[in-house]
Amino acid sequence: MALSIRIALGILLAWLALAAFSPFVSSDPDEIDLAGILVGPSTIALMGHDDLGRSVATRITAGAGVSFAIAFAVVTCACLIGTAVGLYSGWKGGIIDLLIVRVMDVFLAFPGILLAIALAGILGPGIGNVVIALTVVGWVGFARLARAQTLSVKHRDHVSIAVALGTSPPRIVMRHILPLIAAPIIVEITFGLAGVIVAEAGLSFLGLGIQPPTASWGSMIRDGTRYMLMAPHLVIMPGCALMSVVVALSLIGDRLRDHWQIDRL
Amino acid sequence: MAMGANITTRIATAVTVVVGVTSIVFVLIHLVPGDPVEVMLGEYASSADRAELRTMLGLDRPLLEQWLRFVGGVMRFDFGISFHTGRPVSELLGTHFAMTLLLAGAALMVAITIGLPLGVIAALNAGRGWDTAASLLAVLGMSVPNFVLGPFLIIVFAVKLNWLPIGGANGLAALVLPAITLGVSLAALLARMVRAALADVLTEPFVTAARARGLTEFTVIVGHACRNAALPVITVIGLQLGALLGGAVITEIVFGWPGLGQLAVESIHRRDYPVLQGCVLMISLSYVFVNTLTDFAYTMIDPRIELD
Repeated sequence: MALSIRIALGILLAWLALAAFSPFVSSDPDEIDLAGILVGPSTIALMGHDDLGRSVATRITAGAGVSFAIAFAVVTCACLIGTAVGLYSGWKGGIIDLLIVRVMDVFLAFPGILLAIALAGILGPGIGNVVIALTVVGWVGFARLARAQTLSVKHRDHVSIAVALGTSPPRIVMRHILPLIAAPIIVEITFGLAGVIVAEAGLSFLGLGIQPPTASWGSMIRDGTRYMLMAPHLVIMPGCALMSVVVALSLIGDRLRDHWQIDRL
Repeated sequence: MAMGANITTRIATAVTVVVGVTSIVFVLIHLVPGDPVEVMLGEYASSADRAELRTMLGLDRPLLEQWLRFVGGVMRFDFGISFHTGRPVSELLGTHFAMTLLLAGAALMVAITIGLPLGVIAALNAGRGWDTAASLLAVLGMSVPNFVLGPFLIIVFAVKLNWLPIGGANGLAALVLPAITLGVSLAALLARMVRAALADVLTEPFVTAARARGLTEFTVIVGHACRNAALPVITVIGLQLGALLGGAVITEIVFGWPGLGQLAVESIHRRDYPVLQGCVLMISLSYVFVNTLTDFAYTMIDPRIELD
């Protein structure tokens, strides 16, 4: 295994462990140390304190938990909905398929995060609404992928034989098609997690996502931009945390794609 | 003949997508939790005021009629009246759209000036140190979100070095940092595409033939290889131009650049829903427009390709 992949896996596992265990081990992320307001990294506080005197390190670990929880929730919902729609559409074909493809085209016509911003803005801030907004945007990618893959698999011999043997369509789709298209979907999940983590942070950065006092990397960066002159660590620390997770996930996704030889950009 | 049929189907698809996008944007305002009129006027408004606003917005009409009116308005470039300023939304959209286009165009220039050379260098040195360095840079560039890169650049070039302004839209200097912020991820993607396309082309027989004829390495690469590698690259540029418009939203907020994105986010905070609708529509429709145009350009550059 290449060194870069080992490092990426290590970084990711470290973040997961931090996110999972920090609620039991670390101190309260809202705890205030008045003497530490805007003080930069030192031997006492590794990442310094923010404008309210809260420990940046503690808030980053707490933010990791929020970020991962939302990413898992959104990707699970989007993957289940999208894959189901894509499988159904690809398997059924005909007019239903055509209609579903048109609906997907419409969703794909909104560039990236724009629809999520509009939805989150209109539904109002909060974790639940962020999950809804990002799922509405995210399911299409899975649907398009699952549909294309289903189309390429459904004319294979073993599927025709299953049809001839009178196997029920749900069983064919679940037992004979889904396992064959799982690999590209897993790759998409990896990139999807990275995408959702960035999108959630983006929404929170705009003030449309996680609300204070809950810690979130996006809102930490947003708050930090007000103190860039005297306390640049408020932006740099959560920024680097976010980057490390996203780079690790992309490297792993790239590696999986090469491994399974899936050719898609 | 095939070309004509292609254009018709492509335009038909684009029209359905446009109608779909318009409908989703129309639905957005009906998603507002509770009564939008109540949200706009506040709790203390009299019921007469509410009824008047409701009639003014046409919210008392049947849903189908509201939808027809909305689509009809969009076709006449009439997006309604801003709740906040009381001026037509289309006026606001016009000025802000120009700024977003300027930013996206500048970002595209940044992407091409960084991405193309990086990709060519990587392809010519495939498997060597330069290649690894370029591909690592590309992963970094594609992973760094705008709202992280933007503040980082501000800290280095505006706060510490004091070379460029922190934000705003005064003069060309103010365009530099936002354009870099927005352009870097596209530059990274381009570098990747150029590397892949050029590395493929370099193994083709016609490249060997050109070398065998004694042409200089420069002519072989620029005149023969790059020209053939251009097609996938042009497609990526076209498809990503729309993504730039989306990414512009956050970049504009970071730098206080007065474009459509900033207008959209401001209108969310002010609950100025007609303006929000207009911004989302404007950005999405330009995205559809650019994508359709790219498809056409694609078939014109390479007649072997047929759109389905």
